[in-house]
Amino acid sequence: MTHVSQEFEQYANLGDLPGKLIVVEGIDGSGKSTQLDLLEKWLSSQGYSVYFSAWNSSPLVRETTGYGKAKRLLSPMTFSLIHTADFADRLERTILPPLRAGAIVLADRYIYTAFARDVARGIDPTYVRRNYRFAPRPTVAFYFRVPLQEALSRILSGRPELKYYEAGMDLGLSEDPYKSFELFQGRILEQYDQMTSEYDLKVIDATLPIAQQQAMMRERVRPHLEGVLKNPVMPHAEVFREEGLVGRYIGELAGDWRHE
Amino acid sequence: MTQSMAETLISFDEMGFRGSSVPSESELRPSGAGPVDIARYPGRLIVVEGTDGAGRSTQMALLREWLEARGYGVAHTALTRSRLVGEGLRKAKQGHTLGRQTMDLFYATDFADRMENQILPALRAGFVVLTDRYIYSAMARSIARGGDAEWIRQVYAFAPAPHAIFYLKIDVEHLTPRVLAKGGFDYWESGLDCQEETDTYESFVRYQTRLLRIFDELAATREFTVIDANRDVLPVFRDLKAGVSEVVSSMQGGTA
Repeated sequence: MTHVSQEFEQYANLGDLPGKLIVVEGIDGSGKSTQLDLLEKWLSSQGYSVYFSAWNSSPLVRETTGYGKAKRLLSPMTFSLIHTADFADRLERTILPPLRAGAIVLADRYIYTAFARDVARGIDPTYVRRNYRFAPRPTVAFYFRVPLQEALSRILSGRPELKYYEAGMDLGLSEDPYKSFELFQGRILEQYDQMTSEYDLKVIDATLPIAQQQAMMRERVRPHLEGVLKNPVMPHAEVFREEGLVGRYIGELAGDWRHE
Repeated sequence: MTQSMAETLISFDEMGFRGSSVPSESELRPSGAGPVDIARYPGRLIVVEGTDGAGRSTQMALLREWLEARGYGVAHTALTRSRLVGEGLRKAKQGHTLGRQTMDLFYATDFADRMENQILPALRAGFVVLTDRYIYSAMARSIARGGDAEWIRQVYAFAPAPHAIFYLKIDVEHLTPRVLAKGGFDYWESGLDCQEETDTYESFVRYQTRLLRIFDELAATREFTVIDANRDVLPVFRDLKAGVSEVVSSMQGGTA
């Protein structure tokens, strides 16, 4: 597997992008989104310019993906390729511009999700890694590790309706969606575990208390914050002072300019 | 798979056509580890490449009739015709809002879908599969737009090597009047999305010249049979027929 990483590294270099890319990975129910949300609140409160990027955010590609899923037209190969297309669009629209501008981008799932999922579906590991070689390496990538049984009980406790591809039903592992989901998630976990050393993913024990996980995350992120773009802090403060205003109505706009 | 093809498939089954050496369904699923091996299939994969206006559609229509007259089952597929991505690609091209890599991967998804659902099943059933453009056109459009040639080549690493690739080569001087006669310059075929020219004709000439050069490079590495498409339909068809004849003559029960 080592040669794969080397080749990947050769092309996927953040290079002169001044921003920081922070990624969370892990299976559903690992609590990664909660942790990313808490990280965002911390970074914003410190005045940093922060952007969120979620998986599957390209409207045009999503239409095709949705159609393929609804009609069950996707094979492992077309599933892999259409998600690469979606990722390329997401990268170009929501990840690279803020990185070029020097901001922090928080990505809920990144290329590792694709590697884990596609290889679990039988796609060649080298093939899928090469397809994604246009993706920059993250500044820090966290992997929220949760034992399979724990993840299953978190997700399945409410007996949710499992989607066909989400449960890996396309692989024919089992007729029972819950059993299929369990087997498929097991394969995905295996892939994540292999990738932790391949890509230096920072493993966080997702069974620890939420605050403890968050503290570990912040500690890892803190050293990378020097020189990162900050939002203007109260840009109207001077007018307040000069004109003796209290900002009665400006407060209502706060949400707007902070998240622009 | 077309209606007529499905019907023909049934008759093949009735004849006990399928031999034991024919690969199973799961072997039709490519993993990307290498090109899908079609050597064991009874069918033949024949690709016709060439830019719009080179006469591809005309020649393929003639070829199809000629083959069928000789008793060969013919399946036909073309770029962007997949059930999965065809519609999405058409929309993407209308708005031209997608980035180059996204478009490249959209084309690759379209190809993979057609390969898995049209090309491989037809080859397995003993058809001559005529493909109106193949991965080379998709690769060329990417490279012409500044894409990384090595990257796009490997995206298509799963594509089987065809039994023959006929490249209808036409120069820009001969191409221009044909394109004009067909209704003028297409936005994409003129490279208007990726070049700085605002004049459509200038842009067309530059883009097509660039494509020609890329195809010349591909032709050298991929064993293309180059056919001079500057000529009239008849001499081009004679050359094409001779080439195809050679490919299908080794098929079981061939009469060409």
